[in-house]
Amino acid sequence: MKTLKILVGLMASLLLAFNVMATPVDTYEFKSADNQKRALNLAHSLRCPQCQNQNLIDSNSPVAQDLRLEVYTMVDDGKSDDQIVDFMTSRYGDFVLYKPRLDPKTYILWIGPFVLMLIALYVALVVVRKQRGKEANVEQELSDTDRDDLAALLASKQQRDEK
Amino acid sequence: MKKLVLFIPLVLFLGMGVFLYQGLFLNPQKLDSALEGKPVPAFQLERLETPGEMLSEADLKGEVSLINVWATWCPACKYEHPYLMMLARKNILPIYGVNYRDERAPAIRELSREGDPYTINIFDKDGRLGLDLGVYGAPESFIVDHNGIIRFRYAGPIDRNVWSETLFPMIQQLQAEAKQDGV
Repeated sequence: MKTLKILVGLMASLLLAFNVMATPVDTYEFKSADNQKRALNLAHSLRCPQCQNQNLIDSNSPVAQDLRLEVYTMVDDGKSDDQIVDFMTSRYGDFVLYKPRLDPKTYILWIGPFVLMLIALYVALVVVRKQRGKEANVEQELSDTDRDDLAALLASKQQRDEK
Repeated sequence: MKKLVLFIPLVLFLGMGVFLYQGLFLNPQKLDSALEGKPVPAFQLERLETPGEMLSEADLKGEVSLINVWATWCPACKYEHPYLMMLARKNILPIYGVNYRDERAPAIRELSREGDPYTINIFDKDGRLGLDLGVYGAPESFIVDHNGIIRFRYAGPIDRNVWSETLFPMIQQLQAEAKQDGV
């Protein structure tokens, strides 16, 4: 019984310990819950320039911390999403956007898949058409001279059989 | 003619192969700086050696210069430091140091011990200027022309190769441009 109590106490203190673990940035207090939601969404959509496969929330690098804080304060200052994204891209380039913008440089990214799909559809259509054409031809060839030849052949065979 | 059509997938495949093969050798850490072609961002920061003395972007303007972002916590900065000292002795161009996210006392100590290659030392404690410069790690260096426009960003320590192959030719060209403009 005593050991159980100690165990429970230990576990509880461990649980509490996890709650205490927090970086200074993450204790940032937003002016409103809406702001918090918007800021977190934004920070999720921005890539950390240092550890390149993490977003600003996931990354613990100093740069990501700075940028995260910057996003939070800008949201609280009432800046729009576009303003914040512009702020980031004017310093770190389009690279920080996980979702690339639609501009001449990224047309191939956005439109490429649809173009490929159209090409594939066209090729499939052509192949199917050809196949169908071939089938029709086979029937026709039989119905013209081949049928006469066949009839003649069959007739001669019958004659031979009768003899 | 019909036979040739059959080769189209092979040609497409080879084309993609070449494209992707090249991709293997790109350095994903090498990012284009969004600041190339833009002026040095405005700032108001203290001089490293003298608290209270304010510096701004105007203090850096006038000639072709190198802005070097460094910190005492950055091992690669220590690696490039002797090369910067050598460049400073050659007196090719002013080197402006941005002490980035650092403490004042250790930074001053480091410069007095290892030598100070910087014409001006800017103390960027909170990394504000670094943020405006799009710095994502130290060391980073920016070549600025005589009009105060950032012309090139190099992320990583400067060594002999980088200097003689990339930075120095560019600096010479910019200095020639500056001469033409009569500065």
